[in-house]
Amino acid sequence: MVESIVSTGLAIGCIYALIGITYNVMYSASRVFSFTAGTLGMLGGILGALFIARMGMPVAAGFLLALAGGALFGLVTEIVAVRPVLKSLDQHLYVLSTLALALMVQQFTAIEWGTEARPFPRLIDIPRGGFDQQFWLPMLACAVVIVGLELLHRRTLVGRAFLAIAEDTYAARALGLPERRLRMASFALAGVIGALAGFAGGQMLLAFFGNAPLLTFYGFVPVALGGMGNNRGAVVAGLLLGLFQQTANFLVGGIFASVAVFTVFILVLLVRPEGLAGGVTPRRV
Amino acid sequence: MSQLRLSRSELPGTRFTFGVALPLLALLVVGLTFPLFGGGYWGVIATRACIYWVLVAGLNLVVGFAGQIAIGWVALLTLGAYTASVLTAGNVMPPLHPYLALAIAGVVGAVFGLIIGLPALRLRTFYFAITTLGFATIVTQVALAWQSVTGGGVGVPGPILPEPFYSQWGFYYFCLALAAICTWMTANIAASRFGRALTAIRDADVAAEACGISKPALLAMVFLFSGAVAGVAGGLFASLQSYITPDAFTIDLSVLFFIAILIGGQGSILGPLLGTLLLTVLPEFSAPLVAWSTFLYAALLLVIVLAIPGGIAELLDFKNRRPLESGRAIMPRPELLSRLLGTAKGRSALTLDGVSLSFGALRAVDELDLKIEPAQVHGLIGPNGSGKTTTLNIISGYYAPQRGAVRMNGAALPVLAPAQRAHVRIARTFQTPRIVGSASVLENVMIGATIDGMGTFVESLLSLPRHRRDETMLRERAMQALAAVGLERLAEVRADRLQHSELRFTEIARALTLRPAFLLLDEPAAGLSANEIAQLSALLAAIARAGTGVLLVEHHAELIFDVCDRVTVLNLGRKLAAGTPAEIRSHREVVDAYLGA
Repeated sequence: MVESIVSTGLAIGCIYALIGITYNVMYSASRVFSFTAGTLGMLGGILGALFIARMGMPVAAGFLLALAGGALFGLVTEIVAVRPVLKSLDQHLYVLSTLALALMVQQFTAIEWGTEARPFPRLIDIPRGGFDQQFWLPMLACAVVIVGLELLHRRTLVGRAFLAIAEDTYAARALGLPERRLRMASFALAGVIGALAGFAGGQMLLAFFGNAPLLTFYGFVPVALGGMGNNRGAVVAGLLLGLFQQTANFLVGGIFASVAVFTVFILVLLVRPEGLAGGVTPRRV
Repeated sequence: MSQLRLSRSELPGTRFTFGVALPLLALLVVGLTFPLFGGGYWGVIATRACIYWVLVAGLNLVVGFAGQIAIGWVALLTLGAYTASVLTAGNVMPPLHPYLALAIAGVVGAVFGLIIGLPALRLRTFYFAITTLGFATIVTQVALAWQSVTGGGVGVPGPILPEPFYSQWGFYYFCLALAAICTWMTANIAASRFGRALTAIRDADVAAEACGISKPALLAMVFLFSGAVAGVAGGLFASLQSYITPDAFTIDLSVLFFIAILIGGQGSILGPLLGTLLLTVLPEFSAPLVAWSTFLYAALLLVIVLAIPGGIAELLDFKNRRPLESGRAIMPRPELLSRLLGTAKGRSALTLDGVSLSFGALRAVDELDLKIEPAQVHGLIGPNGSGKTTTLNIISGYYAPQRGAVRMNGAALPVLAPAQRAHVRIARTFQTPRIVGSASVLENVMIGATIDGMGTFVESLLSLPRHRRDETMLRERAMQALAAVGLERLAEVRADRLQHSELRFTEIARALTLRPAFLLLDEPAAGLSANEIAQLSALLAAIARAGTGVLLVEHHAELIFDVCDRVTVLNLGRKLAAGTPAEIRSHREVVDAYLGA
């Protein structure tokens, strides 16, 4: 039993952490939290099932196309819902514009794909057993993303430019960095990460339109608790969240587990609004 | 001065006036006569629209006025629906009378409205939006799981109202009456000091604090009210459905409520009402629209946000599309101030004793002593970064000094309590004017004296006499302040249509409406023309003559030497010199460091 709680909890936690990183990548480039983070995860699962199970593509092709779909939706988010409202960040219009876009995609999916949860294909043709691929695939995806982002930020010029934008947009622009193109690249990258989360977790979460609001909420918990823009914090908080949720699931049952997660989330936020990792309150006057 | 003694009916203002009421009354007439035209299914739609509006009217104060992004309000509808249904169904305890059950649903709604709402005081926008969304999901899941009470997926029958509200049209009129009452109550709030304070929290929260508006207390009242009407709406909704299951309360419904307000326009009653009607009726015109309704709402929201952020209300605001007179001049009449401010009553000075504040290694203010006398203008000058604005922010309670204290009448003022300053009659303006752009100039100025109203939130809700007296008093005082600074002709204009200099004088008028003992001005002359600076100078002198102590942070040397009784010069957070303008002008170090030869 404990074994099952740990493997499920860590796997789900990795998916939450990846969605949290999706939020962070978009946030670092634009100071915008986007409601489309969970939508990306939902799309990853549905596109994977569409390409591989329904259209019969090879796994690799379906995988790449699903990620490309995520990148495309990331770009659309930037162009349609983020760029037009960046000028008035303090009015929080982005909350509404990204919510609108997320709802449109979610409803479109519900109608075109259906409201039933459909199975996601097994990706690797090996027999089921103990520590199954549905558990280790999300963990692998999470590890790859973490290492990949570290390498990107430390070893490449583009990655350093990302960090510069995240640190101080005005200064970065004054240095001559192409802020708009970097922002678009960030949103495309976020799209890839979000879709990867949904694809890798597809066998657990299934191809289901209702995953969008679920992931939007549970993926935000690691961001809020781990600190905005802090990817390591998101991974730690995501894993803890997954374990906590599965334990509560086992002890008190699924629905009250959600209540427990929600309650803990609210209480922690009320005590530490800046997250467990801390942060700075912006100057008001 | 005599022309200021306007009779009550002549006073312009934000009352729930006939002009505002007319379209609402027209809608009520349509509602009352509706059974003559339509019937059957359209009757259900009309009843549903009324029920939705009962909820949206309350939510409108949260979203449209206070600007809180509360998306998951369907949670309260669900709670109200289940409370009313379970109490009348009698599956848990002996069945209660439907009216009593509806009232209890309102109480439950109010309590949970407060619980869902309160995180808004601590959390930032997106965080709050997510928590309300989470709450909506949780409530539905609990309804599904708690089978012994809610019937789980099978559901529970809704309350049935006795005659005369049992029949379709009887129930319709019951809901219409509640909708009309909610419209009236929220319109009363919108036109009260509470409504103006809410918009101030939304658009200029720092200025709201400086005016003494307590955000927690105000939001708590609004969440209680909004939750209560949402709970009642839930009970009615269950009654209309006649049988409820958790499926009935989807997030889509929440989205409808939320988007109706934004399509209608923030800070309006009519706009969200039209928005609610539009969104309720629109999907009924063709079957495909039902399936795509949420998509449609979301697309509408996107268009509204990107193209017309003011919503329907802005499209209907014909009055503010008339061009303003160009080349208008601000003509202050300082002689009117003595009536507004009264005369000095021997107040004591406002003092800073050894105040220090460092930001990291930077000593922004270092062992500063300062004494601001009543009925004097005290200038605070110095190069950029010398600690002028920091000093002002310490006095007005935004920063806590690490050493020393700010005293008035011998008592130290509480630190980090900017909303307390208005209560000891300290008012201030800001380097960049902080104004509610969508409110009229008069409404903005009335915000300044919010704390002088005597009536409670409930009295305003029901438009009781004390509320009406408050409004008359606030309006009269604000008009006096506007006349004194020379803006009374613009009283009815939306503030975001004003020029920069007019905004500066509006802020001063707002501060004067408080009848301050001390007035703190942060670079009021920045961006003004030479002529306007001369007007400002005369105005400040008159304010001091009327007994108010003025602290003037300014770069404009001519204004300082013209109007100040005493001047303090700061450099790198320390006092470099203090004295009369003549002494400062010839002070060697000051001339070297700041004024130049």
